[in-house]
Amino acid sequence: MSLRAAWFPLLLGAALALAAAFLALPIAAIFLDAGPARLLASLDDPAAVEALRLSLLTTSIAIAIVVVVGTPAAYLLATRRFRGRALLVTVLELPLVLPPAVAGLGLLAALGPHGLLGGALEETGIALVLQTAGVVVALVFVAAPFHLRQAQAAFAAVDPRWSEASRTLGASEARTFARVAIPAALPGLGAGVALAWGRALGEFGATLMFAGSFRGITQTAPLAIYDRFATDFDGALALAAVLVAASLVLLLSIKLLTRDALG
Amino acid sequence: MLSVEVATPLGGLELEAAFEVAPGRCLALAGPSGAGKTTLLRIVAGLLRPAQGRVRCGEALWLDRARGVDLAPERRGCGLVFQDYALFEHLNAWRNVAYGMRGTPRGERRARALALLDRFGVAHRADARPSRLSGGERQRVALARALAAEPRALLLDEPLAALDARTRAAALRELAALLRELAVPVVLVTHAFTEAALLAGEVAVVDAGRIVQRGAPAALAARPATSFVADLTGASVLSGTARAQPTPDVDAALTVVDLDGGGIVVATEPGAGAVAVAIQPWEVTLEPPGEDRHGSARNRLDVEVVSLAEMGNRVRVGLAAPQPLVAEVTRDAVAQLGLAPGARAVATWKAAATRVLPR
Repeated sequence: MSLRAAWFPLLLGAALALAAAFLALPIAAIFLDAGPARLLASLDDPAAVEALRLSLLTTSIAIAIVVVVGTPAAYLLATRRFRGRALLVTVLELPLVLPPAVAGLGLLAALGPHGLLGGALEETGIALVLQTAGVVVALVFVAAPFHLRQAQAAFAAVDPRWSEASRTLGASEARTFARVAIPAALPGLGAGVALAWGRALGEFGATLMFAGSFRGITQTAPLAIYDRFATDFDGALALAAVLVAASLVLLLSIKLLTRDALG
Repeated sequence: MLSVEVATPLGGLELEAAFEVAPGRCLALAGPSGAGKTTLLRIVAGLLRPAQGRVRCGEALWLDRARGVDLAPERRGCGLVFQDYALFEHLNAWRNVAYGMRGTPRGERRARALALLDRFGVAHRADARPSRLSGGERQRVALARALAAEPRALLLDEPLAALDARTRAAALRELAALLRELAVPVVLVTHAFTEAALLAGEVAVVDAGRIVQRGAPAALAARPATSFVADLTGASVLSGTARAQPTPDVDAALTVVDLDGGGIVVATEPGAGAVAVAIQPWEVTLEPPGEDRHGSARNRLDVEVVSLAEMGNRVRVGLAAPQPLVAEVTRDAVAQLGLAPGARAVATWKAAATRVLPR
């Protein structure tokens, strides 16, 4: 093949190589700079372990909430046409493009002590601000749109005749949702969970503004990394490496678990 | 007895149809795409709510808009085989079949599904995902799945359309045999009249949202009520104008039609003004060109052979008369007359075999 004919494939290859190098370089640098010894040492540091544990706990709860509420909501959006649907979809996607600081401000204005629902929350005895529960709220807010979007697309891609066939075979709408729509959309739902979980694990700004950064209560791994960054660059690097590794394992296992569904 | 009565807007037209099917009988809804056939099936199955209508199956009232009755599809027990079968891609063949077996204990479902698949000759494919099945296998699994739910009525939407020509002939025979065994009302949708004629005891021709004619397939082919029905049954439909004045040398009791583009046709049926004449392909005889009139056939048109298509032991010969005309003859006749595209011949048929229909 002459260069004349090959220029476009070469261009595509060069673009991909550039993107891969640029995106992988900082991640590789974290591991190379930290080194295995520092990594192991950081795992002995109770503050680091606490931050990681808190990150896993809060993101797990947040993702559970996102999946349990978001999946049926996305199914409704994907399978029904109603007035104001397009507007609703846009509103639900808005948190995707909000700066984290704006998200934090919004949460304070809505759920903070002087916020819209602050009084009502206080009466029921629910405290969010500067609490672990507040971290979960912030994570749900920033992560939910990722899952909603992905799940909606996944359900929309399921052949509507499968659901109709299921109904004519005697299955109720709820059973059809559980037995046909979810299994058929599983790879897409898994991708949504992975994206949302990844976003939640890395959440920083909204959590900091809404829940603060208190060791053991609201200081998740990203906040702990930032906390160390000023005083202990190597320690921050080691914790970052652990967070990256944990995220990678999480994403891979979700992909593997949900990929099997369609064989 | 499945009885259906529906009136609802459909795209730009009004779908208005009523029909009844007795248990063990099959009614074919035949017509072009967009006529509203599939919509009728969806209404019967409960997947679409019409503006007005009543659907009753035996003692059960499925739909009565006037009384606010509209049973959910899962409560109707109405089997529907979709045009492209809509098999669940995440389940293998036997689990697809077992999906609708609500009444069967969990432990017996696999055995029942296998028995059903065996009946359709695809038990060896029980563990395959639908994407691994051939078109014919998919169709059989879809039928088995619909029957596994023990439906009170069975609806088939173009059950053979997704199959290639070779598979279709065998699938058609199998489906015909199956339909003879079933004890529930069956409604079949097809755009092919031959399929309808082979599978159903009765055919309702649907055009633009209405049933334009209904009857036994042979009766429709012999006496189409409109040129549309004639065309659908596979007859050649030629357009022309019936002469108002008697023609010399022709019995005044016969209708003489001047065909658009040339040629005349004589028919025993009455007709006036702009008409269509319909002739079934098996009524048309081909002769070598230039021979004089002999025998009793009144109609003789000089034609040119355009195409030849073998259909089983017959050959469909496409002719330019100059309007398109089709003759069905034997392979021997093709050889004897040297029929080939471009060859000339004379097409003859009886005045009594000529339908005259208003245009």
